[in-house]
Amino acid sequence: MPILKAGERHTVTLTLNGRPATGYAESRTLLSDFIRHELGATGTHVGCEHGVCGACTVRVDGKAVRSCLTLAVQAAGCQVETVEGLAPRGTLSILQEAFKRHHAVQCGYCTPGILMSLTHYLETNPEATEMQLREVIGGHLCRCTGYTQIVAAAVDVATRLREAARKP
Amino acid sequence: MPVRGDTLYAAILRSPHPHAEILSIDASKALARPGVAAVLTGPEVKAMTEPFIVGVKAPIDDWALAVDRVRYVGEPVAVIVAGDRYQAEDALDAIEVEYRPLPIELDPRTAARPDATLLHPACKSNIVHDRTFRYGDPESAFANAPHRIKLEVEYPRVLCAPMEGYIVVADHNAAEDSFDVIANFQGPFSVLTVVPRALRVAGNKFRLRTPPNSGGSFGSKLAIFPYMVLICIAAKKTGRPVKWVEDRLEHLAASGSGPHRITNIEAAVAKDGEILALNCDHLEEYGALLRAPMPGPLYRMHGVTTGTYGIRHLAIRNRIVLTNKAPVSLVRGFGGPQIYFALERLVQRIAVELKLEPLAVMRRNLIPANAFPYRTAAGALLDSGDFQNAIATAIDEGGLGELQHRREEARKAGRLYGIGFACASEPGVSNMGYLSTLLPLEARRKAGPKDGAIGTATVAVDGNGQVTVASDSTPQGQGHRTVLAQIVADELGLTPNDIAVNVELDTSKDAWSIAAGNYASRFAASTANAAYLAAGRIRKKLAAIAALSLGVSSESLTFKGGKICSLTDPTKTLPLYRVAGMAHWSPGSLPDDITPGLRETVQWNPRELTPPTENDEINTSLTYGFIFDFCGVEIDRITGEVRIDKYVTMHDGGRLLNPALVESQVHGALGQAFGATLYENFAYGADGNLLTSTFADYLLPTAMEIPPTQLLYQETPSPFTPLGTKGVGEGNSMTTPACIGNAVADALGIRDVPLPITPVRIAALLHGEELPPPAKFTSAPSSTTAATVERRHDSLMQRLFSKREQL
Ligand code: FES
Ligand code: FES
Repeated sequence: MPILKAGERHTVTLTLNGRPATGYAESRTLLSDFIRHELGATGTHVGCEHGVCGACTVRVDGKAVRSCLTLAVQAAGCQVETVEGLAPRGTLSILQEAFKRHHAVQCGYCTPGILMSLTHYLETNPEATEMQLREVIGGHLCRCTGYTQIVAAAVDVATRLREAARKP
Repeated sequence: MPVRGDTLYAAILRSPHPHAEILSIDASKALARPGVAAVLTGPEVKAMTEPFIVGVKAPIDDWALAVDRVRYVGEPVAVIVAGDRYQAEDALDAIEVEYRPLPIELDPRTAARPDATLLHPACKSNIVHDRTFRYGDPESAFANAPHRIKLEVEYPRVLCAPMEGYIVVADHNAAEDSFDVIANFQGPFSVLTVVPRALRVAGNKFRLRTPPNSGGSFGSKLAIFPYMVLICIAAKKTGRPVKWVEDRLEHLAASGSGPHRITNIEAAVAKDGEILALNCDHLEEYGALLRAPMPGPLYRMHGVTTGTYGIRHLAIRNRIVLTNKAPVSLVRGFGGPQIYFALERLVQRIAVELKLEPLAVMRRNLIPANAFPYRTAAGALLDSGDFQNAIATAIDEGGLGELQHRREEARKAGRLYGIGFACASEPGVSNMGYLSTLLPLEARRKAGPKDGAIGTATVAVDGNGQVTVASDSTPQGQGHRTVLAQIVADELGLTPNDIAVNVELDTSKDAWSIAAGNYASRFAASTANAAYLAAGRIRKKLAAIAALSLGVSSESLTFKGGKICSLTDPTKTLPLYRVAGMAHWSPGSLPDDITPGLRETVQWNPRELTPPTENDEINTSLTYGFIFDFCGVEIDRITGEVRIDKYVTMHDGGRLLNPALVESQVHGALGQAFGATLYENFAYGADGNLLTSTFADYLLPTAMEIPPTQLLYQETPSPFTPLGTKGVGEGNSMTTPACIGNAVADALGIRDVPLPITPVRIAALLHGEELPPPAKFTSAPSSTTAATVERRHDSLMQRLFSKREQL
């Protein structure tokens, strides 16, 4: 394990949405700041910087994590996925499509985080029930939508996944 | 938001004291910290800026940051500008401030007393505004009424907390002494005029640009303006662009919540429930300062103080009191929640006291459907509506019968279940003159008339027939671009995808007026109409040019599928782009009465928005939608938790331009209102410290807290807007707290319902205040203690239910 000194800048290399990315970080630099300011991927949003709102959620080695509670140096060498990587440029993932269909986005500030959490959850629990999805969304704050349409979009995707799994 | 490479970053030192004199500030150690470029403190701000002007006649001392004295926890005391935010925040610790704490006032009632500690000694009182209004003959109506029924209600502070905080990027041009600012400001732009004044430059030397996207606002991002002043000064001092991003702790502590209002409301009532007169005495707490456009909440609803009811005799007293809390700012509903929580709770109370059905009292007093446009006692001109029909539809389609059945079953089984109702007149587009109602007549005469509300939009077609729309509505996620594209496409026979819409606003070159911004539900009833009228002008012009070259009359032309064609002769048709090309490439061949080019800006003002009359009547808004809500709630006997079984809301928002977007707005308002009613509590401790300074303490609802809801619509077009539209989107902030409050009152048989209706409060009503813990854990809890506790609970339950019987 490398020894890091406070106040010094370190090179951090990680895989961002499948491509290697390198930038400078102090040992205290938050992963959220590193992704946004150093790597320029501003799709990840910051709503509280104290771990409650979920806006900053990204995936590190497959798991949904709060990037505001993670240090950039902790993610060195990891696979980091952000909202920009959910679907190839110009296309939408099935979850993003469902958000569009159900008007689950207003200002879009909370959306990237919710998409990352739901993507992770649905990948591991394709048979998720409405209650389970509500709980996952319950880990995020949205001030615009009142959540109803977000829940509807998530349930829609779960239903499609379930149906797809049933097809021979 | 991309910024220049040499941009500096600001962090703000904030007051840890609710009230203190600043004896000294020493920033020398902070200046020596790595990366620090400058520090701004009170004396410098005093030297470089002017204090903000205040909406009432009171010598309130208000600067962009604390000068000599702090008056609330979180008040800016110093600004540090450094190479990055981390460095700026690091250096905050090194600023040495010596404070001398002063006594504090937190409670509006005690702050209002003559012996209270003064927030602004020059004001001689913490009551900085006290005005009474009288319409009709309320005194006789009260003297002769068979019943007088009253309530005291309190609407506490709540916060809208958009997910994105404030952002300001400021630059100073030393050669011209002008400022260039990018900020996610939301308007009203009338307030923006105070910024150049504070910066001591002419209005045209202050340029504001708003970004293409903004992460929610709900009123909140109005209060960014003092920070524009601070960051502008920081840019001037350092000679470099400065960026400041508000963090969540700052937002919760100092962005400002809605006001805390205490209303004593009383009705003179006939035997059948008719409200003969109403008396509202409002004491509203605004925190430490009264910042523009305050005291808006106290006056925005003035015309509809009587709600949806035809009450002809009315008395109002409005008082404003200052306390050692964060200054109040805009929130969704703006004055509506306070008015309707008082009025609609009173209607429920009237029903209980007169042993009538709440719905019967409501219906007895509603303005009849054939009475529109209807002038209320306080001067609002309600444009249109059919309240009776909306209620009938909601009851039927929303399944009130089923809820009543559930209540009956629940009560039979000994459970606590209640049903509540509320209705409201939802204002859209504020009269720019409503706030002048607070001035006495002579002062109004001296100041000159204030009225109207200008909506602005521009439609442009280029030489290739491509259409662009710009507007003054600075949205934060409400979908204005979608709607503008739709309106203009319809007018020009194109599809929404053909239209490019830009809703950024640049005050130095775009069309706007003081009413611009995204507030008071003004988009659909104001800006959208301006876009519709501008598109109409373009259409007329294109038709005239096409008519000339096709040799037909322009009235015989229609716009369809990107073509302009004759209705009678299918061979006479021209592509729209050809006609647009003529306007740009051959202006010389246009008829004399047609101006060259294709760009139309419409600034539309509705004539119905007149200034306050000599008798203080004021048409506070242009359109008035109607909302009727009902819900069933069940209260857990043990925990006191309120569970909403079902919530039904009926909206008549005039003609709906895009029903899906309206639906989104209603869901959003409902979500915020559930939070305000049941969870959110902007709480200060007895020492004046903010207790809810993180999202872990200030409890916003999550997806888990949203109950089953049913949304219903009726469309009664407004005769006052070209599109027939009204304002929508704030309504449930106004009705939902009252509706749930009434349901809880019904479930428990109680008179007063405290907000937020938390389990702790309900449990205290059910079981009495929590008992102190046993003196020593070492002494084994004796069975007698447990028995006493139980007995105590029993007797309280008895009291509660005998109270219900009494009613
Ligand atoms: S920003 Fe990370 S949880 Fe809110
Ligand atoms: S869409 Fe605006 S915060 Fe969720």
